[in-house]
Amino acid sequence: MSHDHSIDPKNMPKDPSKATTEGKHKFMGLWIFLGGETVLFACLFGTYLALKNSNASGPTTQDLYGLGLVFLMTILLLTSSLTSVYAIYHMKNNDFKKMQLWMGITALLGIGFLACEIYEFAHYIHDYGFTFRSSAFGSAFYALVGFHGGHVVFGLSWIITLMVRNAKRGLDLYNAPKFNTFALYWHFIDVVWVFIFTVVYLMGMVS
Amino acid sequence: MTDEMSTRKINSFQKQKNKQEMQKMVVSFALMIFFTLVAFALVMLEVPSTYVIPIILLLAFVQVSFQFFYFMHLKDKGHEVPSQIIYGGVFITVMVALTFTVITWW
Repeated sequence: MSHDHSIDPKNMPKDPSKATTEGKHKFMGLWIFLGGETVLFACLFGTYLALKNSNASGPTTQDLYGLGLVFLMTILLLTSSLTSVYAIYHMKNNDFKKMQLWMGITALLGIGFLACEIYEFAHYIHDYGFTFRSSAFGSAFYALVGFHGGHVVFGLSWIITLMVRNAKRGLDLYNAPKFNTFALYWHFIDVVWVFIFTVVYLMGMVS
Repeated sequence: MTDEMSTRKINSFQKQKNKQEMQKMVVSFALMIFFTLVAFALVMLEVPSTYVIPIILLLAFVQVSFQFFYFMHLKDKGHEVPSQIIYGGVFITVMVALTFTVITWW
């Protein structure tokens, strides 16, 4: 922090999140992390695919899943991906207040998604007695979907902390990369969800 | 006042570019919602699984490509290394999914 990181509006960098060396490194570091995350989720998806029919005479995928709730969750998460794009758009125009507003909307949509997921899990546990220990299918399902939900929880605490911490600071070249890496992470969560709703829920309803 | 005016002039080109970029984002979002609707509709209409599974998997791949190339800017300059990382990740995902599907086929 020995350099001056304030933004000169007259000489606004094209992308404030990559205007410093530190910013460029954070950007690359996050992508390497996302590469690792891809492999992690690949293994969880593989496990689920192998075990989805091993329900040990407990509830099957078709007994459990309901497309209405999954559709609502999908729309919530897809929209939150777009609102974080809006936030980054306002960041590039050096409009901190609007960026905070759109990041706030992103967080609210994320909380909505999480509420649906908690309801879904509670519904499975109470109405079907379907838990992590019910069957191999149960373990694989909760490991995959729960891990994604855990990523949402982490993303939410990340953005809320960033928003509160920088509320009075305004946008500068020091915190712009942090908001940008969050947005990338949040899009990645959405990428994983696209495969979850396709491979887990939709394919689970077909078979 | 003049100072403020010149700021606006300098930034107006960049602002215009950002706006055009944002319009592309909204279009790709609309397409993503469309792919989602098609995928859900196909399953609800109970299209035979032989057809529906490959189609919804393809829709998911296309939708995720929009997410990566537009929302995450992989199409832009300076994203060569991140693209390679993600291509590698996708390759491993396909291999793992294929392996686990094949060993439990019968």
